[in-house]
Amino acid sequence: MTFELSDEHEEFRGVVRDFARAEIAPHAAQWDREHLFPVDTVRAMGELGLFGLTAPEEYGGAAAGLTSLCVAIEEIGRVDQSMGITLEAAVGLGIAPIANYGTQEQKQRWLPDLVAGRALAAFGLTEPGSGSDAAATATRAVRDGDSWVIDGAKQFITNSGTELTSCVTVTARTGLNADGSAEISSIIVPAGTDGFIVEPAYDKLGWHASDTHPLTFDGARVPADHLLGRQGAGFAQFLAALDDGRVAIAALAVGCIQAMVDASVAYAGDRSAFGTPIGTKQGVAFQIADLQVMADAARLLTYRAAALRDAGAPQDQVKQAAAAAKLYATESAVAATRTATQVHGGYGFMEEYPVARFYRDAKILEIGEGTSEIQRLILARGLGLPVE
Amino acid sequence: MKIVALVKHVPDATAERTFDDADHTTDRTGVDGLLSELDEYAIESALTVADGGDAEVVALTMGPSGAADAIKKALQMGADSGVHISDDALHGSDAPATARVLAAALRRIGDVDLVLTGMASTDGGMSVVPAMLAEHLDLAHVGFVGEFSVDDGTVRCRRDGDTASESVEAALPAIVSVTDQINEPRYPSFKGIMAAKKKPVETLSLADLDIDPSTVGLAAATSVVDEVTKRPERTQGEIVTDEGDGGTRLVEYLAAQKFV
Ligand SMILES: Cc1cc2nc3c(=O)[nH]c(=O)nc-3n(C[C@H](O)[C@H](O)[C@H](O)COP(=O)(O)OP(=O)(O)OC[C@H]3O[C@@H](n4cnc5c(N)ncnc54)[C@H](O)[C@@H]3O)c2cc1C
Repeated sequence: MTFELSDEHEEFRGVVRDFARAEIAPHAAQWDREHLFPVDTVRAMGELGLFGLTAPEEYGGAAAGLTSLCVAIEEIGRVDQSMGITLEAAVGLGIAPIANYGTQEQKQRWLPDLVAGRALAAFGLTEPGSGSDAAATATRAVRDGDSWVIDGAKQFITNSGTELTSCVTVTARTGLNADGSAEISSIIVPAGTDGFIVEPAYDKLGWHASDTHPLTFDGARVPADHLLGRQGAGFAQFLAALDDGRVAIAALAVGCIQAMVDASVAYAGDRSAFGTPIGTKQGVAFQIADLQVMADAARLLTYRAAALRDAGAPQDQVKQAAAAAKLYATESAVAATRTATQVHGGYGFMEEYPVARFYRDAKILEIGEGTSEIQRLILARGLGLPVE
Repeated sequence: MKIVALVKHVPDATAERTFDDADHTTDRTGVDGLLSELDEYAIESALTVADGGDAEVVALTMGPSGAADAIKKALQMGADSGVHISDDALHGSDAPATARVLAAALRRIGDVDLVLTGMASTDGGMSVVPAMLAEHLDLAHVGFVGEFSVDDGTVRCRRDGDTASESVEAALPAIVSVTDQINEPRYPSFKGIMAAKKKPVETLSLADLDIDPSTVGLAAATSVVDEVTKRPERTQGEIVTDEGDGGTRLVEYLAAQKFV
């Protein structure tokens, strides 16, 4: 048994690290300050092939599996969480549902540009009135002749309003199931569709360079063949997409923790107090040692989940591994940013130091793509507990 | 069309670089090596030509076993195949010997239309090998090229000098050395990394090239490094606090150092 990534993955990590250091790190603070979504950098990430890592080769992808995507997200996230989530959402929420469930025509139409990073897609599941309880979707799509007509609203949708956004896949009620519950389907809505309104971007605590909008659907009409896969399959589709997405979010958290290790080690060697570098004080050094344990443990859980997925393990096994990785890695990331800020003292509260930005960025990791509570719920159910 | 990009594996310029204590050659064991950054521009130039038409790109290096990494990087970026000249007898070779060996390899590769090189290596930094190579092969060499195009058996170059740029044409085959202003070298993609594993790399010895080992290497070098002295550590500068006479004191300092 080995706990190492393959040589190719490690070489690829080196390339993404070089790219992140040269093309992203020098600008991350400015993008954050100006709430700027860097279109050219996103395109450059596309040229590097990052958006196509998991996509089929026939659409320009590398078909290289979730592990390679995690490597890329970790390294990008290590310098900039905003670009890390942009990549994660573009692949996990934008490309994956279309690649996994789309018809031949849908794949042909949307994937080549998405895979090349010339376009971005978003996934609209969360609504103003339902997040964790995503099955409580209130958005409706009604069949009218050869079209679906969509009415409703979506909340907090990543990558939905950039100049690259080509479409948003949304979940909507399309009828009732035999048991009386809502039938949910996913529908691809092209950007610019009449009645599909991208509301102004949110003012967020973190992820300032990531694009997030509320969406309004007011009689938005799309052709009937824009339904993703089978009618009524929406619920199963997003549950599966979220399992992979959680592993990818865990990778983003690993990048955050590693950044906190790096920043803390460097600062503890530079900064002196009471005549010696603060790294000589056990009270500081031991906290940083704990950060390294978090980085290792989070990384192991994350890549185990990714490896299970890539090896074609049964979905329940992937689900549990993904939930464990997401829960531990994201909660550790929040703890790590708190520790790193403490190590930096007052400077850690200043935006000049990246730790301040990571501190703001980390919190959402425990919320998006399933809160920590939802991960615990999945894990508890997996243990057979009769939890509600 | 066949393009050969010359690539050199050099010690990482960002790390502490040293010379071997015994023979004063570059110490390649203690530090991480990488593809000379200046050669990435040559590879990118070759790939750009290949992207635009039908061309095969070969990466050629001479160096110890670690130099295979320079070839690997070129293959990951998109070169089609590699040739690695590796022979213990080459250790300590000077620029004339290097040029002779590379010329022999280019003859052996055969049917080469264009040889692309960087403007210098980031370790030796002599910038003479491409011109020497051109002498051996009796080809034109255009250096300091900031832009070029290939068309109809001719390479048209913009040669960037300090004060002016010249337009220079040469008939193919030719040797063109490109500057670090010519392009933005691409990063290898994951697909490129995977594809590189399957690309052919030929390893050649001096015997394969019919070169007598006694004519290359340290013993045959035309110049010898007798001694290496470390540059003195940078000392903390002298701080002149301006108390109304700052200008005068700066001039006094410069005069004392014989700068003015
Ligand atoms: C920046 C950002 C980007 C986002 N991007 C997207 C996107 O691209 N697409 C998309 O569809 N969504 C997106 N989201 C939405 C995100 O997935 C939801 O915010 C998240 O799932 C939580 O839903 P909620 O906000 O409605 O909280 P709620 O579900 O209302 O939860 C409130 C609290 O109650 C807890 N809770 C709820 N149910 C239970 C339970 N059964 N047991 C225990 N505790 C429970 C939660 O854990 C939480 O602490 C994004 C959110 C943000 C902030």
